[in-house]
Amino acid sequence: MTDAHHPAVPQGVEELDIIGVRHGAFGAADGGDTSGFGGLVDPIVMPAPAIRPFGGWFDEVSDELELALQAGGLPATEAIEKVVIYKDEITYHVRREHLLAFVTMLRDEPGLRFEMCLGVNGVHYPGETGRELHAVYHFLSITHNRRVRVEVSVADGDAVIPSIVAVYPTCDWHERETWDFFGIVFDGHPALTRIMMPDDWPGHPQRKDYPLGGIPVEFKGGTIPPADQRRSYN
Amino acid sequence: MSTDNVTFTNAAGSEEADDYAGSYDTTEGRVYNVSGGDWGTIAGAPDGEHDRIVVNMGPQHPSTHGVLRLILEIDGETVTEARAGIGYLHTGIEKNMEFRSWVQGVTFVTRMDYLTPMFNEVAYCLAIEKALGITDQIPERASVIRVMMMELNRISSHLVALATGGMELGALTAMEFGFRERELVLDIFEMVTGLRMNSAYIRPGGVAQDLPADGEQKIRDTLPLLRKRLKDTADLLVDNAIWMGRTVDIGYLDLAGCMALGITGPVLRSTGLPHDLRKSQPYCGYENYEFDVITKTSCDVYGRFLIRIEEMEQSLRIVEQALDKLKPGPVMIEDKKIAWPAQLSIGSDGQGNSPEHIKEIMSESMEALIHHFKLVTEGFRVPAGQVYVGIESPKGELGCHIVSSGGTRPYRVHFRDPSFTNLQAVAAMSEGSMISDIIAAVASIDPVMGGVDR
Repeated sequence: MTDAHHPAVPQGVEELDIIGVRHGAFGAADGGDTSGFGGLVDPIVMPAPAIRPFGGWFDEVSDELELALQAGGLPATEAIEKVVIYKDEITYHVRREHLLAFVTMLRDEPGLRFEMCLGVNGVHYPGETGRELHAVYHFLSITHNRRVRVEVSVADGDAVIPSIVAVYPTCDWHERETWDFFGIVFDGHPALTRIMMPDDWPGHPQRKDYPLGGIPVEFKGGTIPPADQRRSYN
Repeated sequence: MSTDNVTFTNAAGSEEADDYAGSYDTTEGRVYNVSGGDWGTIAGAPDGEHDRIVVNMGPQHPSTHGVLRLILEIDGETVTEARAGIGYLHTGIEKNMEFRSWVQGVTFVTRMDYLTPMFNEVAYCLAIEKALGITDQIPERASVIRVMMMELNRISSHLVALATGGMELGALTAMEFGFRERELVLDIFEMVTGLRMNSAYIRPGGVAQDLPADGEQKIRDTLPLLRKRLKDTADLLVDNAIWMGRTVDIGYLDLAGCMALGITGPVLRSTGLPHDLRKSQPYCGYENYEFDVITKTSCDVYGRFLIRIEEMEQSLRIVEQALDKLKPGPVMIEDKKIAWPAQLSIGSDGQGNSPEHIKEIMSESMEALIHHFKLVTEGFRVPAGQVYVGIESPKGELGCHIVSSGGTRPYRVHFRDPSFTNLQAVAAMSEGSMISDIIAAVASIDPVMGGVDR
């Protein structure tokens, strides 16, 4: 990357996680940008993958994970796409075909023992071609008092992730909610139906391409457009 | 279910047309929809030997703790299968927040679980502060006020849990006591924030407003009365034979069940596990307060009731310690690029920005006006990345997961509401029990549908 606005690529990191590009300084989509920075192009870069040593207990957990994965005949690099550490939180980006084995290990390995899954929710990154939909899981280990995050990314046209309800039954409703709002299919879920929206609802409302909706509000002769149509900053 | 050959007939056999009654064939046999009346009088109904009766309880039902729909398959008075239907109070709060500034989000989250507004606000603000990396810069006084407001809120939330739980089991005096005592807390909220509920008081960087001049004293004066009244409410039920008959050994869920279902809060602590995020992962300076984590080992509704009673005692202890810790100082972060520029005050024409601030921006400093305008309309930017913060709400772990794309608005906000997760335990707690016990079980989970559905 040679873009002047682009942050330096940390050593050992192959590519940056760019989720979109911001244009202009003020972000107003309608009307002229009088700031003089209208031509500014700024890529939105998510935190870069971490490189060993991670520091703190992150190394301990990662060692345990790698050992357990290898004992199961699965090289760690095969299951874990990358590890991101941001604000003292560790995120394992796991390939979907190994998710079930991965979370089973999280639950069962004595050195990990993440007894509690805090559910899954989705994030839609339309700018990330080929991995638009992310499912984000949070786990809590009461035994070791640790938290980890597991993220699985899939393409919009092939949004299928194995269900982990068999391992963590608490994910039952969470997976239904994520299906309802993002259209991610959790393969193997006992009854993947909508949970918040009515059963016959078209579309998945939390996706970025789904409009917020709303009606203009009239107030003392003035008309205020719905929130998603107002002049806004980005 | 096949919808072929749907032949609607008036199943009640009456001359009156009932739009909701009828029968149709499915692959599992003929299904009759009825909306009242005596089963025996329904024309063509099966003999009662091979039928399954599915009762739809709610979403409009006084005993289901809000707009919760319980779908019960019953055999006489016994529930053989229970499922909870939710979504009737879904308001799209998470989606809406993606179209507002970070600060405006507080106004939305306070309305999620409307009985625990302070916790929603604190979870959201702690997450923003973590993403901004300013957790250490929050003034001491702001953190103390946050803790005080949260613990008062814990009392009011537990009181409503007792009140509505009591009402659903027929203990109407408990309901009156619970709601009356809650008013004492709401009066404090009104004095401090201006509003009884939905106060949007906790803001990124601190709190919206310092305590009023006589606020500290007023809170101190309320505490003895609250303590006495809480004892009265407890005395009403703790050794009450009818109450115990309805709650002891009801709604059983053990530790393994709680872990598998991700249950937190009083329900988890009723299995004997002293898991409390205030102790294990302290935030807002909870490590500096002395309090006990209440546990019981009965795994039943009665145990959860006792836990709530005793947790209110502990909350009063924390509030007293917080009042002692209150030292004069700022209640908003010093960083002017994040701190809300104005302070509110009450003038002759109602509540608004303080006259001093108006004077400064309107007639003294053009830069102050620009700053105010930019911060209020555009807001601050949060660096791209994601964070998760979990706090101990009265119902369990309230988690806030925020994703920022570096903009002035959240890219995605998700709340892991404890009621949502805990409500999944309804089936495990109540299948095989009486219909009346499912009410007790749901009441002991204390779900608030505003939080469940968001």
